[in-house]
Amino acid sequence: MSDRSIVKTGMTLGMIAAVCTSLVAATYQLTKDRIAANEKALLEQSLQPALTGIFYDSGVSESRLVLQPPHGLPGNDPAIIYRVFAEGEPAAALFVVTARDGFAGPIRIVLGVEASGSVTGVRILQHRETPGLGDKIVSARSDWVYQFDGRSMGDPQLLGWALKGDGGEFDQLTGASITPRAVIKAIRDTLVYFDANRDAIFQAAATEAEE
Amino acid sequence: MTSGGFLQQLQTGLWKDNPGLVQLLGLCPLLAVTTTLVNGFGLGIATLLVLAMSNALVSATRRWIKPEIRIPIYVLIIASLVTCIELIFKAWFPMLDRSLGIFIPLIVTNCAIVARAEVFASRNTIGVSIADGIGMGAGFAMLLMAIGAFREFVGQASILSRLDLITGGEPFNGFSFADSGLLLAILPPGAFFSLALAVVLKNYMDQRRRNSRGAFASRGLRRPHQ
Repeated sequence: MSDRSIVKTGMTLGMIAAVCTSLVAATYQLTKDRIAANEKALLEQSLQPALTGIFYDSGVSESRLVLQPPHGLPGNDPAIIYRVFAEGEPAAALFVVTARDGFAGPIRIVLGVEASGSVTGVRILQHRETPGLGDKIVSARSDWVYQFDGRSMGDPQLLGWALKGDGGEFDQLTGASITPRAVIKAIRDTLVYFDANRDAIFQAAATEAEE
Repeated sequence: MTSGGFLQQLQTGLWKDNPGLVQLLGLCPLLAVTTTLVNGFGLGIATLLVLAMSNALVSATRRWIKPEIRIPIYVLIIASLVTCIELIFKAWFPMLDRSLGIFIPLIVTNCAIVARAEVFASRNTIGVSIADGIGMGAGFAMLLMAIGAFREFVGQASILSRLDLITGGEPFNGFSFADSGLLLAILPPGAFFSLALAVVLKNYMDQRRRNSRGAFASRGLRRPHQ
């Protein structure tokens, strides 16, 4: 085609690109506040179950502490700790850690630990375990994760933090052993870490949010 | 355009030329997300919206689109629309968006959409093109929902599980019939089996209808003007 028609064609393409871009920009402006609010709500909502029965000051998500690996917690991606205070005193810590040895990839867990060391709640944030078998670790699918509530390092002792079939104290899941084993191990290691680093955790300065 | 054309276009997409069942287009999302009825519904609706709007835009701009640059323009239009839909899902159905994950942005690659732009919307008026988009999108969505419901029913022995992703509120595990179902249906092979069953069922029904109507029915469809 001729030079003129090339220019014309290019202009058509440019016009349509401009129209499409403004469409996306307008939608972005329209939705961005809602999306940001949703993400914050989702975060707080996902942390909520790990905080049952604790009286605490608001603003949990602002007390975030991000530990880059190697950090001594389960998983080799960054671990996140949310410190929870009640009237300025340490009340609990929420750990977001990764169990690396799941059946189908890493399992992201949130685990709440009271200042006294007992578990306030465990929830699975992300996993790719087999539907119908390993996914029973999710609270919506079975009661399995609730058995850790109120337990601590010492109740049972270190070796008791295993499935009953492995000589421990915790219930198994029918048809899945690798998945619950990985979760229990992550909880156990987190509790050990908490016992060893309790004061440091609550005294550390919060990690600034990266923008 | 007559109202007959509009309805016929809907029917073509819903049944006769169903993008999933007959043209076997867009199988990647079809196989990947249809583990539950709710997931199927979510992706189906998203695809329907993109398809109807992309058909409308392509048809509206068809006079200025030169054949040489039509593909980049289709990609531009479809990608922008998908981004908009994704943002809207994130804003108003955040849980559903999380459940569908990467498959919402991947609607861009659904060849059913670019195929309709190329084959239909670039040659027809806006009204019929929108009808075609809605028909094809609805056909795709119905198939996603049917396969999702089937796999959920067989695999999890429940129906409508995680309805809360759409309606909001407390996690809802659906109406359950048994403790566990046939796991195979939820795993990837189950998706292929379910699709194959759906294709068989459609062909069987079409054949029965042809046989019962006799030789008159097989006149073939009226094609869009070319």
